[in-house]
Amino acid sequence: MQWEAVIGLEIHTQLATKTKIFSGSSTTFGAEPNSQASIIDLAMPGTLPVLNKQALEMAIQFGLAVHSEIPAITTFDRKNYFYPDLPKGYQTTQMAAPIVGRGYLDIALENGGTKRIAIHHAHLEEDAGKSLHEDFQGMTGVDLNRAGTPLIEIVTEPEMSSAKEAVAFLKSIHSIITYLGISDGNMAEGSMRCDANVSVRPKGQEKLGNRCEIKNVNSFRFVEKAINYEIQRQIEILEDGGRIAQQTRLYDPDLDETRAMRSKEDANDYRYFPCPDLLPIAVDPAYVQQLKDALPELPEQKRQRFTEQLGLSEYDAGVLSSSRPLAEYFDKVAELSGDAKLAANWVSGELSAQLNRDAIEIDQAAITPEQLAGLLQRVKDDTVSSGAAKQVFAALWAKEGQTADEIIETKGLKQVTDTGAIEALVDEVLAKNTAQVEQYRAAEPDKRGKMVGFFVGQIMKASKGTANPKAVNELLAKKLNG
Amino acid sequence: MKLNVEELHKVAHLARLSIHPKDEESYSQALSNILNLVDEMQSIDTAGVKPMAHPMDASQRLRKDEVTETDQREHLQKIAPATEKGLYLVPRVVE
Amino acid sequence: MLDLSLTQMAQGLAERKFSSVELTQAFLQRIQIINPQLNAFITVTEQEALEAAKAADAQIAAGKATPLTGIPIAHKDLFCTEGIKTSCGSKMLDNFIAPYDASVVAKLKNAGAVSLGKTNLDEFAMGSSNESSFYGSVKNPWDTQAVAGGSSGGSAAAVAARLVPAATGTDTGGSIRQPAAFCGITGLKPTYGRVSRWGMVAYASSMDQAGPMARSAEDCALLLEQMAGFDERDSTSLDHPVPDYLSQLGTSLQGMTLGMPKEYFADDLSPQTAERIQAAIKELEKLGASVKEISLPLTRMAIPAYYVISPAEASSNLSRFDGVRYGYRCENPVDLEDLYKRSRSEAFGEEVKRRILIGTYALSEGFYDAYYNKAQQIRRLIAEDFQTAFQSVDLIVAPTTPNPAFDLGSNSIDPVQMYLGDIYTLGVNLAGLPAISVPVGQINQRPVGMQLIGNHFSEAKLLNAAHQFQQATDHHLQKPQLT
Repeated sequence: MQWEAVIGLEIHTQLATKTKIFSGSSTTFGAEPNSQASIIDLAMPGTLPVLNKQALEMAIQFGLAVHSEIPAITTFDRKNYFYPDLPKGYQTTQMAAPIVGRGYLDIALENGGTKRIAIHHAHLEEDAGKSLHEDFQGMTGVDLNRAGTPLIEIVTEPEMSSAKEAVAFLKSIHSIITYLGISDGNMAEGSMRCDANVSVRPKGQEKLGNRCEIKNVNSFRFVEKAINYEIQRQIEILEDGGRIAQQTRLYDPDLDETRAMRSKEDANDYRYFPCPDLLPIAVDPAYVQQLKDALPELPEQKRQRFTEQLGLSEYDAGVLSSSRPLAEYFDKVAELSGDAKLAANWVSGELSAQLNRDAIEIDQAAITPEQLAGLLQRVKDDTVSSGAAKQVFAALWAKEGQTADEIIETKGLKQVTDTGAIEALVDEVLAKNTAQVEQYRAAEPDKRGKMVGFFVGQIMKASKGTANPKAVNELLAKKLNG
Repeated sequence: MKLNVEELHKVAHLARLSIHPKDEESYSQALSNILNLVDEMQSIDTAGVKPMAHPMDASQRLRKDEVTETDQREHLQKIAPATEKGLYLVPRVVE
Repeated sequence: MLDLSLTQMAQGLAERKFSSVELTQAFLQRIQIINPQLNAFITVTEQEALEAAKAADAQIAAGKATPLTGIPIAHKDLFCTEGIKTSCGSKMLDNFIAPYDASVVAKLKNAGAVSLGKTNLDEFAMGSSNESSFYGSVKNPWDTQAVAGGSSGGSAAAVAARLVPAATGTDTGGSIRQPAAFCGITGLKPTYGRVSRWGMVAYASSMDQAGPMARSAEDCALLLEQMAGFDERDSTSLDHPVPDYLSQLGTSLQGMTLGMPKEYFADDLSPQTAERIQAAIKELEKLGASVKEISLPLTRMAIPAYYVISPAEASSNLSRFDGVRYGYRCENPVDLEDLYKRSRSEAFGEEVKRRILIGTYALSEGFYDAYYNKAQQIRRLIAEDFQTAFQSVDLIVAPTTPNPAFDLGSNSIDPVQMYLGDIYTLGVNLAGLPAISVPVGQINQRPVGMQLIGNHFSEAKLLNAAHQFQQATDHHLQKPQLT
């Protein structure tokens, strides 16, 4: 039988606010256990929540970026359950009227097409603390620093049909939230977490199969592997005539398999009800419009502009729009240098290679966009040859000078276009290599092309790469063929 | 409405309370009496009435995203039943 | 000295007739003698009180006195007090030293008031008789066979017995007004959002409200002025200016229309109570008010609506008591479930457990619509009925309770019997309205309270009406005989 997988995602993203969603505690990652757990975060009797404006604003920005409706009124609900990392015994979340309504995102498929994935809604909620299972006399330790960190939970419709599509969606979300600057999207530190609902059904069947929820997978690669494993597991069970038990499963990256979770097996009844400590939030449409107008250019729009207006290839546009800092770097270089294609070549070529070598991110680059643009201008106006330009780049990276011009000057890398000077060099090289000149002249005309390269190389070397290649070629041809 | 013993235990579990078998009957009776009282509501037609979660017609105020809390761990853990290395201790949690 | 009003005390302090230390000592001594009979206090903070009194005397000497400087008060033990046990009347918090001050506590402290300690209450404010306290019931100072009422029974009894001139209370379904009525004192439940809930341990968040309990409307006015006001830490606190309540107490009742809801004077009301209330209404008419009959048709429905909404919120609010970060923890829990279940079952009393169970049930799958949602719909209808009434009347006048204080132990078998006694106070909480209870006489030595209900933020009007009544009558000056 032909099987078809149906995948829906629930993505939790921590928002990059300075403080928690309902308290003024810092959200800095990696602090001493419970040093960022205030009386509110600890649910001390009598404490009350007040909503962080920034968290609300970030959620709205996200909603606008995924083409969602932002409702005029949004409310918070309580989701009641007991767990040591949940100090109040309920999670303050949104169910009845979430801040982000229905929206969508287009993902790029491998065949070059796109697919629209509907977002059911996204809501604001508070993160839980962390349970540490190291052995404290057979006990579990609870750190509540994370408790109360603002999250948005993004819930998709079950519209993805492969692990690759799911990862593409996840990457798109990642790129949007980092573009917006509302989250660092760091999966390893848990700022972005993904639960995947996976089911399979015979191809062509309308009705969905029983689904399993895979919890908290913490990298793009593992999301793909976990979903693929789960699809295969379910197909095998069904082909053996079995039935899929609806359950929550954990992915174990070491064994590359999913297994049923032992806890949270209770038939949960979360008893949602409107949180009486928080009033309905009136979202002013004018304020939403203001946020909309202030939205940065998003990855999809950037990619389009790069191809349509700047004439970049789809590939370059894709690479350069994948992260906001990279795209902004490129945009600046393109603007300052006045040559977008040249800028694209250098940013995705020499610069990216250097970043990889140093294993650093674009925002740590040792060369500013201004410096790079300055260099590219010298390439454009033939002040330096492309070979010499690479030397200038390396020198700028090594902080040997402030500007390309300065380095060109001090290193004497200026391209020599003075034909008198070049002619002298040509004469010198030809005089030193009389044997090769003889051979050249004896050779058949169609073999001569290759042989010219030798002389060009020698001349360029003698000029430290500064001789204008065009002038060199012209003079050589004249002298050799003389 | 009568709340039977099975339902009583189900609700008690959700609330993480345990009911001793000797108290089952009295709880079940008391809760059933309360449910009978609240069932009087069903005589009122409330079709189309918007539920009122808050008595005042006001909207939520928002807080500036500024750190106002400092580390109070030592102070706050003085009243905790069991801690170690700054962590609250609970019986082992199995996932 | 013990019978002086707060204003008289402030005057006496200002004129150096007595010092705050002397005043404080006088009340502490009376607590020592009388409290064992009444059980009104859970904690008496003698040392802290004397230190605060000393500081107050210094402030008075320096000419820096504020209206409450040096005046003794007490707090219901539902308000967090930094460094002092805050038990909520529960075994769960018997070991709980609050790490911070409630807003109300901090405000009164800043106003110079000297706290003598923490008063007894029904466990987590759930009860109408003060019999659900882990620390035992409070006895009514007028008749120690009778309940003091609840849940702010300790505050009411302490004020009535002159153990303290004024105290804070909280009112979720009548918990200030009913014990005030039972103990023959004056108690005001303000508009929801008028007084900050920060640091006041939550029972039913959408109805909880703190208010003053004292011997007169004038004293309540003085206290409320210091308690009220916007608090940025409480999202439900309302940013509405606090008037000078005291200066508004001289307004004549001439031209004021009072509404008598016929449903509050129907069969539930005992004839003797009705008689006392009618007599008091006559007094109000003499003062110039006109009275007309109105209807609040869903009065009875406040009982089921309240006894769904409040336990539902409570079931969630009390989930934080899990034996992990503070409070009671059972011995040697074998696993997590055991930790939760034993800690909670061993430390919560019967009434609290019943309400948690009912609330959990009302919110659970399959019952939410029939119970919780239905109750919130009825709540809106009740609130709308009040608004309709306030289109034609300035204030509503009614009994606070159908009967005077009942005997200790008489309602312990069926909680529903006790719930029915809350019929006249619950609607106010559902609708977020302010209301005041004032004493209007006694039946067999047990006081009767009259309730005045106003529209949102009409505290000044309520206090004035109550004050005009108290200027013309002496019911509030009657005091129980205790030795």
